[in-house]
Amino acid sequence: MESEQPRLSLRHISKSYSGNRVLSDVSLDVRAGEIHALLGENGAGKSTLMKILMGMDEIRQSGGFEGEILLDGEPVQIDSPKRAHELGVCMVHQELMLVNGFTVAENIRVGREPVKRIGRGERDAACLPIDFSRLREQAKTALERLHVELDGDMPIAELPVTQMQFVEIAREVDRPGIRLLILDEPTAVLNDEEAECLLDRMARLKQSGLSILFITHRLGEVLRCCDRITVLRDGAVAGRAESGKTSAAAIAEMMIGKRLLAIHTSERISFGEPTEEPVLQLNGFWADLPGERVERLDLEVRRGEILGLGGLSGQGKIGFANGLMGLCPSGGVVILDGRELSLGDAGSVLRAGFGFVSEDRRRVGLLSGSSIEENIAIPAMLNFGRFLRRVGPVQMIDRRAMRANALEFIHALDIRCTGPDQPAGMLSGGNQQKVCVAQALTLRPRILLVSEPTRGIDIGAKHLLLNVLLRLNREQGITIVFTSSELQELRSVCDRIAIISRGRVAGILPPDAPEAEFGLMMSGLDVKRSGV
Amino acid sequence: MKQSLIARVGLPRIIIFAFLLLLLALCVLTKQDLGAITGDVIVRFGMNGILALSMFPSILCGAGLNFGVPIGVIAGLVGGLLSVEFGMTGFGGVAAACLFSVPIAVAFGYLYGKLLNTVKGNEIVVGNYISYAAVSLMCIFWLLMPFTNPAITWPIRGTGVRTTVTLEGFYDGLLNDTLSFTVLGVKIPTLLLAAFALACVLIWLFSRSKTGLLMKAAGENPMYAAAAGISVDAMRLKGIILSTLLAAVGIVIYSQSYGFYQLYNAPLNMAFAPVAAVLLGGATTRTVKIRHVIIGTFLFQAIITVAMPVANQLAPDGGLAEVARIIVSNGIILYALMQSGGERK
Repeated sequence: MESEQPRLSLRHISKSYSGNRVLSDVSLDVRAGEIHALLGENGAGKSTLMKILMGMDEIRQSGGFEGEILLDGEPVQIDSPKRAHELGVCMVHQELMLVNGFTVAENIRVGREPVKRIGRGERDAACLPIDFSRLREQAKTALERLHVELDGDMPIAELPVTQMQFVEIAREVDRPGIRLLILDEPTAVLNDEEAECLLDRMARLKQSGLSILFITHRLGEVLRCCDRITVLRDGAVAGRAESGKTSAAAIAEMMIGKRLLAIHTSERISFGEPTEEPVLQLNGFWADLPGERVERLDLEVRRGEILGLGGLSGQGKIGFANGLMGLCPSGGVVILDGRELSLGDAGSVLRAGFGFVSEDRRRVGLLSGSSIEENIAIPAMLNFGRFLRRVGPVQMIDRRAMRANALEFIHALDIRCTGPDQPAGMLSGGNQQKVCVAQALTLRPRILLVSEPTRGIDIGAKHLLLNVLLRLNREQGITIVFTSSELQELRSVCDRIAIISRGRVAGILPPDAPEAEFGLMMSGLDVKRSGV
Repeated sequence: MKQSLIARVGLPRIIIFAFLLLLLALCVLTKQDLGAITGDVIVRFGMNGILALSMFPSILCGAGLNFGVPIGVIAGLVGGLLSVEFGMTGFGGVAAACLFSVPIAVAFGYLYGKLLNTVKGNEIVVGNYISYAAVSLMCIFWLLMPFTNPAITWPIRGTGVRTTVTLEGFYDGLLNDTLSFTVLGVKIPTLLLAAFALACVLIWLFSRSKTGLLMKAAGENPMYAAAAGISVDAMRLKGIILSTLLAAVGIVIYSQSYGFYQLYNAPLNMAFAPVAAVLLGGATTRTVKIRHVIIGTFLFQAIITVAMPVANQLAPDGGLAEVARIIVSNGIILYALMQSGGERK
């Protein structure tokens, strides 16, 4: 085993984006005929590593990378996806890349269509007619190699998503001279049964001698089908393991790391415990947010607590707040203080006592061309009639009251701006986020829904915002549902943390639970924890 | 926040202003009657102002430039013809024309708005086609309408509406002439300007009302609006209705100054001058201010008015002035649409 030449060898890969180091000294070997899992949280550097491997433009444009890539022992320069294909490195991306108007067969051979030779002599293939019967034959062979039975003449748009996934894999595997197949979260959109089917096909490909680099979040899959595992964390290799000699808990701990607890204990400020009484109850709540589907949420939010919603991206934690606000189709029973809430209209939800800070502040949270004061005032003006004065039959805006309110929040949240009339779009990310929070607070909510408030803002603003949330909760008794991809953040402010996986609550943990438990829950393994 | 003068005023306005100065210099060189030309500029500014103002609510509510102005114009023409039919003259006639056109404009605006809500993002194209359809349809209806006043009907046939209905004896130039005075050889049409100013003030006040602000929010960012509980479609509908209404009143004011109600195919081209004017004034397909309307209408009408005698002098034959007007107005629309498209990355 030791003497065997690795199929792919990445040596000391480092990469920075404008001074920000996203990969440092990553080395990785993939053997011939092996399924190698690459694991890591969102933002651990997996996608950047794959972009380097595929020679994406983005890498070159942002200053290239350090380190070297060896294929079967030979150093290679991969400077474009085309070059990667020539070298036999192919990738199935997370987002499906298929031509919707084409049939299955056409999709498999797209760009490599067989042509009919007409007459004698060399002619540019681009000018020759496509040989459709040969194309069908070739596509059939490619599908057979995957052991997939599919009619090559089916329009691709009519297939279920699993089958589309197979067509993509068939297309890549069919490339001449393929040596390494990269699968980027192929099971993310699949249910268990479908995922199982895919894993089975992967095992068959492996037997035919192909090396597979498998990126996933689901630890169960990894242990079942992969030979070896490399875990990335914060751009560096956090650990390696062989799947036979490790456990899901050990891998989860590698992914999440130990560092969290220290920060958590130093930041945790206790102001007395929230009551057990539920203020908000969700029964069978669903929300159809594309990419963040909530299948069925059964959850109780207690009065006065900060409830964290965590989980990997794409699992549905973002869907909760958006669905509740009626920003995507949603349904189920939502009971606030014993009264059932009617869903589908943001206005009635706001009037019932919710405040909402969207995860997407640029697109949903702000009117970037309008002034800070208008941004803050509009929802409260519409739903509670604040900042208005009557002039005859017309409701005019009370500019003075609006300004006073804005100045109050500019002071309280330390919004750095030239004044309340500055357009919100000109502020920095952190200050924009503060405007969004001010907007929600102007509604004087009983329950505040905050999603990803610290995404893309600097560390100082992050601390300030988390402190603001804590203060609101402790001093004004506002119940907060805090959604975040950063577990570290959740653990520093929340009373309880619900992990959302595949659109359901995988479990609820106290913030000081061991990191392995969080990791396992996020990875979709069934871990039930009671008494929390 | 310091910007250079060019950035603040905007390059297009500086270029057009320089062009205007050049034309004025040519006027002086060719010994034109500057007083009369200036007077013309002011009249055209006043008579086109409210039509241009009709762009304001439609841009504000997010429906972009209202190429459906002809729909409002038709409503205004029907209202105007009704006032003539009943033989109403003077201020009563103008007021009646405006009042009669209100319910028609609201009804048309409602239907048009409903339609535009189903084609979000394609308002310009759809607006244009709807205008063509509406104008063509009206060509039939004008013939069938049961007007009886001989000032309106075809002289020989005795039924149907003529292609142009003169307002002489009704309220031809009423707002232009009443209370007008002359300064330095330039006639100032006091009431015409006052009517435009009043419309601007009312719309400005509207923009500072609750509905105005919510409309702006819905137009600027529909997703923000939805999350705040604003009904985006309802706001757009209100904006389109208001825009149609302004176009209807605008054509009444325009026609009393012009002296005729022009029917049949005439409304078709009424959208282009207002669209070009507000774009020239600095509005985009997404943002607009009252000052864009005022500055834009002035610059656009000034260019056209001044260019005409100059063009006629330089090339006496043919309709060069008309050709120049079409080139300038469509050129400006094209330029502005490219600008607003190019900002998105």
